[in-house]
Amino acid sequence: MSATGADGDATGLGVSDGAVGGHSGASGALMEVEHLRVLFPIKSGLVVDRTIGHVHAVDDVSFTLREGETLGIVGESGCGKTTLIRTLVRLLDPTAGVIRFRGEEITGRSRRQLQPVRRQMQMVFQDPQASLNPRKRVGQILATPLKLRGLAGDRIEAESRALLERVGLHAEHLGRFPHEFSGGQRQRIGVARALAVEPRLILLDEPVSALDVSIQAQVINLLEDLQEELHLSYVFVAHDLSVVRHESDRIAVMYLGKLMEVSPSEELYDKPIHPYTSFLLMAIPIPDPAENRARTRQVVTGEVPSPIDPPAGCRFHTRCPRASDLCREVEPQLTEYARGHLAACHHPQNVSPAEIAAARRSEATPLSAGAETPRLPVSSA
Amino acid sequence: MTITGPNPAEGAPETGLPPALLHEAAEVGPGVGPWALAWRRLRRNRVALFFGGLFLLIVVICLLAPVYSNDIAHIGPNDQNVINTTNAIGIPIGPTWRFDHYFLGADNLGRDVAVRLLYGGRTSLEVGAVATLITMVLGVLLAIVAGYFRGLADGILSRIMDVIWAYPVVLLGIVLGTVIAVRGLGPFKSTTPLSTALVIGFVYIPYVFRPVRAQVLVLREREFVDAARQQGLSAGQIMLGEILPNLSSTIVVFVPLILANAILLEAALTYLGAGINPPNASWGTMISDGINEIPAAFHLVLVPGIMLVLAVMSVNIFGDGLRDAFDPRSRVRIAIASTSQGD
Repeated sequence: MSATGADGDATGLGVSDGAVGGHSGASGALMEVEHLRVLFPIKSGLVVDRTIGHVHAVDDVSFTLREGETLGIVGESGCGKTTLIRTLVRLLDPTAGVIRFRGEEITGRSRRQLQPVRRQMQMVFQDPQASLNPRKRVGQILATPLKLRGLAGDRIEAESRALLERVGLHAEHLGRFPHEFSGGQRQRIGVARALAVEPRLILLDEPVSALDVSIQAQVINLLEDLQEELHLSYVFVAHDLSVVRHESDRIAVMYLGKLMEVSPSEELYDKPIHPYTSFLLMAIPIPDPAENRARTRQVVTGEVPSPIDPPAGCRFHTRCPRASDLCREVEPQLTEYARGHLAACHHPQNVSPAEIAAARRSEATPLSAGAETPRLPVSSA
Repeated sequence: MTITGPNPAEGAPETGLPPALLHEAAEVGPGVGPWALAWRRLRRNRVALFFGGLFLLIVVICLLAPVYSNDIAHIGPNDQNVINTTNAIGIPIGPTWRFDHYFLGADNLGRDVAVRLLYGGRTSLEVGAVATLITMVLGVLLAIVAGYFRGLADGILSRIMDVIWAYPVVLLGIVLGTVIAVRGLGPFKSTTPLSTALVIGFVYIPYVFRPVRAQVLVLREREFVDAARQQGLSAGQIMLGEILPNLSSTIVVFVPLILANAILLEAALTYLGAGINPPNASWGTMISDGINEIPAAFHLVLVPGIMLVLAVMSVNIFGDGLRDAFDPRSRVRIAIASTSQGD
């Protein structure tokens, strides 16, 4: 996707740039997230609930989203990616950290204070069946955000028709109920609802994972076309790397609430630095069965550790073949390599000693990380 | 690659409905709402329609009570005429089957049973209707508040409902009715039709509150509620605009059931002296007045008893039809019938 154009090179060292400088605008940052944590308390007790622990859903995540960019967020189920974007639209409250939208802090704002921001930031949900009110006609579903935009009467009707046509449906569908549509059509309605307030940023929570593969492509194409026409920015969450690859300018890999790797999209596929990313890439099936069988595939062993009691040091060390004692003790810093490629790994792969020497600690590094610089793995791996 | 229109190969819509209902949905064409669909189903249910019609007939006849009283029978509901309406040993006359003269006989004070039956029916139905309205409005609103906010609001409301629920409806009704009758309560110095309706409406609230709250708890977790919150709608807008429409079939199914129970409870309370005061007629007062005359003039009990049975039965059967029409998979389980056996 050729979304931004402006930032091809080192100026767009996205993550670190935005995360440091509180003042955005100049760097073209649309959304800045700094050290965001979302912990869910676990309560127990007969009469009075005591908090006995926390689920570390999102644990110190920082990144910057540039204007017009598509940022893909991938990771296994339960890695916190959905929690992350639900927090970004303020459906959930962050435990700590700062979210800035166009330079304005939106954490800690009340519903009324959020109203102007919400008009610029919309969400498309995973399950198009569940995200549309079954008792409302499409026209009523679209009228709600249009009214919030301040339209009335005939303008709502006209604008709803235009919206439906924009997402590839017909104006006559206005009078129908969500259950009268197929999954792909319903997701188009979900997109139309998001577009209704003329947002600049759309957060997509696995928008195609509930759809057929053939329809996934249609919806993704629709999203791309809309991005070009309306200059939208996307945060695109998925657990499927092949979908994200097609769509994203940059990709962030999450594991157990932390960022493992953030990279320009193609570079992530060609040269994954973090071992976890290569496991994810190896899990993508290749459509040609012969080729699929021929490739050597390493499968990540073990289960995802509990986010209630995440492992010390690197979160991935329990399953990582390259793990050393250092990984078990010290949380790796987020290291910034060339071309804005970030990885949180003590023993990176696909990088030369020279590249490691040129790398620096990113400002997006979690506060709890150690100061150790990455080194090539000991040969034990 | 660009998309110009929806792909016809996107597959059949998943509605989760059984195949028979899917066909029906396909048959009626696009954009037909849940109400229209339910009406189509109800229209095919002859039994439900018959009893619905019967209940409507009872309502209309009872509302016409003053017409019958003034223009046909020429006697008011409380007019006494002992001299001409008792036989030699002082027993009131039975039905004469003449519309202009004691069609259904007279009671022991010489009042026209037919006229009182219609006036009494009017009172019973009005009390039942007001009670149902109170139960539904309060039960549903409190359930939405409790289910949507959960936490403290839910805790407080649910415990209050548990306390009401803990008493058998008749017992609680008698206690409240007796308190009002004996020493007055709030604005009521003694029992009136309105106070009776309030008591009945109050005691049935938990029976609506509980199942509706459970449904709201499910609905609030659906993504369309998140979508509404994300758009910045207020809690009130979400509760009334997003959640309430999804409760409409439950509400429709509940109304006739609560109505039937409310009519029965009115009769029970009145019979026990905790409801409508004599000499005002209601089916309950008529049964109560007639109970001592059973050996000599059993029509005094039989006539209002039959009307009560007919009204309650027709509402119940119609309600069953409504449930089949609105909720074909019978998701709403209603536990009232077994909990109000005491009526």
